[in-house]
Amino acid sequence: MSDFTTNEMMTVAAARRLGNGSVCFVGIGLPSTAANLARLTHAPDVVLIYESGPIGAKPSVLPLSIGDGELAETADTVVPTGEIFRYWLQGGRIDVGFLGAAQVDRFGNINTTVIGDYHQPKVRLPGAGGAPEIAGSAKEVLIILKQSHRSFVDKLAFITSVGYGEGGDHRQQLGLPGKGPTAIITDLCIMEPEAGTNEFVVTALHPGVTREQVVAATGWAIRFADQVATTAAPTATELDALRDLQARTAAAHGGQKGGEE
Amino acid sequence: MAQILSLSEAIQRFVHDGETVALEGFTHLIPTAAAHELIRQNRRDLTLVRMTPDLVYDLLIGAGCAKRLIFSWGGNPGVGSLHRLRDAVEKGWPHKLDISEHSHAALANAYVAGASNLPFAVLRGYQGSDLAKVNPDIKTIECPFTGEKLAAVPSVRPDVTVIHAQKADRQGNVLIQGILGVQKEAALAAQRCIVTVEEIVDDLQAPMNACVLPTWALSAVCVVPGGAHPSYAHGYYERDNRFYQAWDPIARDRDTFTQWIDTYIRGTADFAAFQAKLAAEA
Repeated sequence: MSDFTTNEMMTVAAARRLGNGSVCFVGIGLPSTAANLARLTHAPDVVLIYESGPIGAKPSVLPLSIGDGELAETADTVVPTGEIFRYWLQGGRIDVGFLGAAQVDRFGNINTTVIGDYHQPKVRLPGAGGAPEIAGSAKEVLIILKQSHRSFVDKLAFITSVGYGEGGDHRQQLGLPGKGPTAIITDLCIMEPEAGTNEFVVTALHPGVTREQVVAATGWAIRFADQVATTAAPTATELDALRDLQARTAAAHGGQKGGEE
Repeated sequence: MAQILSLSEAIQRFVHDGETVALEGFTHLIPTAAAHELIRQNRRDLTLVRMTPDLVYDLLIGAGCAKRLIFSWGGNPGVGSLHRLRDAVEKGWPHKLDISEHSHAALANAYVAGASNLPFAVLRGYQGSDLAKVNPDIKTIECPFTGEKLAAVPSVRPDVTVIHAQKADRQGNVLIQGILGVQKEAALAAQRCIVTVEEIVDDLQAPMNACVLPTWALSAVCVVPGGAHPSYAHGYYERDNRFYQAWDPIARDRDTFTQWIDTYIRGTADFAAFQAKLAAEA
């Protein structure tokens, strides 16, 4: 087995969660990298939908923006953005919503709006984009982001997109159609919602990662499932596909890797 | 009927201080030349609507043209922050900017409702999101048939929409191809609509079901080749990713930014002169 980085492990672990043939609403950045890696490895028939309008996009390089021309050129069809959200997402046709985040909490709620007070912000983040309704209406949601004290926080300053709200059955009470986030995939581990509480607990550690590292990189008192698995290391096939994809992307975009912003 | 005008004349005639203006184009076909011309003509107190403010609204906000912004994702795609937008929201520079913040789904629906001449849009959205707590324009209504609670947002009905497209014919009918975003809805939601195009042709040769905006639904068509740079025009030129990267340090600092717009926008007669100046220094 060749060496791999923690970022590569994260992307590969996220890609593995996408089943072949599933219909996936893809956010830009890490989700797009993972979704395209899935398409190039075990899930050739995954359907990638981008909010700008392409349905069934098959880009050869990672898009830098959510509306790159290659997404349109390789798509089965390109529809207006309003239609993406009205017919395809709200219409109930998305199996997996694949989201990044600036911050998450223990119930898989996401903040991409603001650090500090909304009206007197310390840091103004880009905002919601498509995420609130993807989080609500996709049949399930995968969240991918690098783990740190700053990104995995005890209390979010702002809930942009809801996971399990306050935990337990709060999500059902809110009347959201989709079942919510089923995994948070980081560069250290995989977390999944605990039955009943819907609090995210560690269910798998990536190879070589210790529990102490995960605890140190989490802003709440993170718990571990009774059975904690070890994530299978990336295979040579997965690593080659990922590295080729990133090399093609860097060449096409003049050094920018796409999905690493 | 759309009049074929210079961009300068179209902005002069159809965009006024204090109006609600939408410059649309989702990553693709962003009407940059029109944003420059609004700065050259020093429009003030505009309410700006756009799903993704992008560089065009970073420019207008930093140049002091905007009093209010209605938006749903305000970053520099693939790069990071829009520093002029952030500075206005975080520090009130060059002056306070009111924001009305939505999700993409809500704003896209709001354009559809505007084009449909309805007062509001309805969607299944925002449940559990704090956006509804900070934006009084996000309300909940009950379905009169099923009782389901749904989100309602006011429709977007700009005084004027500006979009960029690939081409128009000599009558002013416009063909848009590739990623459409909400351009059609934004055009039809507005009282007036200006379209900048790459070229004017004798025959659009539009395939059946293509996105064609008929001339009688538009106010003006202006030929501005390259007018969507640094975004792209499918079939004409690609996205200038390096410009998006280069924008970050320019916009990060107030003085650098102001100097840039003084030199490149206020210091040039029109978009062609801007392009020539940019090319000469590349």
